[in-house]
Amino acid sequence: MTRTPTTEAARLVFVRDVTLAWRRWDEVAQPLIFYVVVTTMFPLATTPDLSALRQIGGGVVWVAALLSSLLALEALFRADVEDGTMEQWVLSGQPLGWILLAKVAAHWVLTGLPLVIMSPIVGTGLGLPVSVWGVLMLSLLLGTGTLSVLGGIGAALTVGVRRGSVLLSLLVLPLAMPMLIFGSRAVSMQMDGDSPAGPLQLLAAIFFMALSLGPIAMSAAIRISVEN
Amino acid sequence: MKWTWFHKLASPPHAYRILGRIAPWFGWAALALILVATWWGLVKAPADYQQGDGFRILYVHAPSAWMSMFTYVVMAVAAGVGLVWRIKLAHGAAAACAPIGASFTFLALATGSIWGKPMWGTWWVWDARLTSELLLLFLYLGYMALRASFDDPQRADRASAVLALVGVINVPIIHYSVEWWTTLHQPASVTKLDKPSIQLAMLIPLFIMITGFQLYFGWAISRRLRGEILRRERNAKWLEEAA
Repeated sequence: MTRTPTTEAARLVFVRDVTLAWRRWDEVAQPLIFYVVVTTMFPLATTPDLSALRQIGGGVVWVAALLSSLLALEALFRADVEDGTMEQWVLSGQPLGWILLAKVAAHWVLTGLPLVIMSPIVGTGLGLPVSVWGVLMLSLLLGTGTLSVLGGIGAALTVGVRRGSVLLSLLVLPLAMPMLIFGSRAVSMQMDGDSPAGPLQLLAAIFFMALSLGPIAMSAAIRISVEN
Repeated sequence: MKWTWFHKLASPPHAYRILGRIAPWFGWAALALILVATWWGLVKAPADYQQGDGFRILYVHAPSAWMSMFTYVVMAVAAGVGLVWRIKLAHGAAAACAPIGASFTFLALATGSIWGKPMWGTWWVWDARLTSELLLLFLYLGYMALRASFDDPQRADRASAVLALVGVINVPIIHYSVEWWTTLHQPASVTKLDKPSIQLAMLIPLFIMITGFQLYFGWAISRRLRGEILRRERNAKWLEEAA
């Protein structure tokens, strides 16, 4: 990829965010712990029987991943808006969408990717067989990517709002339902011996749509939040 | 093309006057059509060969489900117009749409579940169209919650407009994802492009009812938009002069 000022700016933002997060790794770990705790609740609340859990395992992993990736979203733009960094980015002359996309990508690497990597372990606890690990991880890879972009739009809209985190969930969760449906459907199809290609392709399609349209919405929302 | 009429329409005093003038027309026409359709649907239309008289709730259920989606699209279009041309009145219209749309959605859900009790034996099934209607209700509630959380009306307008546009792109995705998820619901019987699978005698009152609901929407939006204008322009001079 050739280096242009825009990609360079995006790269710098990405590296900065990952570095900053790495220095406070406990905050990165919190959603992960939450993820494990939530999935532990389901066997306790329903049944410890693995063959029964297997029926809902894919869905449970998906719901838990959705909730825990929402958890970290609220802070996505807040610090930068409060200390004025965001205003400098808006004024920098670089396309804001790229910078925000870099921030979202960094956020995904720190919160989405660990969830994807953890999911086989969590899934095993819910009785998911090894044969579905690949589909589970692939579906979560695409799903958490889309979620990060959708969540970025939500976070950009609610950045100036008091008690934004509840509102953020209220805005993002209904929009995230299609991913939940296709993701858990892909897992259960694989488990039943069907080809999960259909839902996975739909997940990929939604992901690329979010990737291409999301930055436009995010930058519009940030401009509204920063303007006054 | 001259755009002066457009700008004139967007000026609050002018819009306030026009809306006040057309609202009663919408209102009375809606009332008349809904009464006719109610009589036609409940009395004159033949009973369904399978569902008996129970199907007649269709005449409330289908129009409100239809209107719930129509209102969302109207809201998103108004929000988009407001965002692009920075027309405050369009934002006002979008704001006025949300509670109407949420009410239609709720009505569709409630009648759907009442209909479901005798037909499917339960109040609620996780059927595709009921579920996507429920998600639509969540979208409306999120929109209204976002709007309510800003103190500055201009920021509320623009932020919620972005949300409405993101939502309207998502509505078909949500609809089809839920559709493919699982389905118990009878397939759409009116919108099919080939021959409708429902008798014409049952269909006519349905179309009258839908038109009546549309006119009701026109009435409600005119009234609500007038209210929005009053709220937004409460310090304006023209209001003082008009009062």
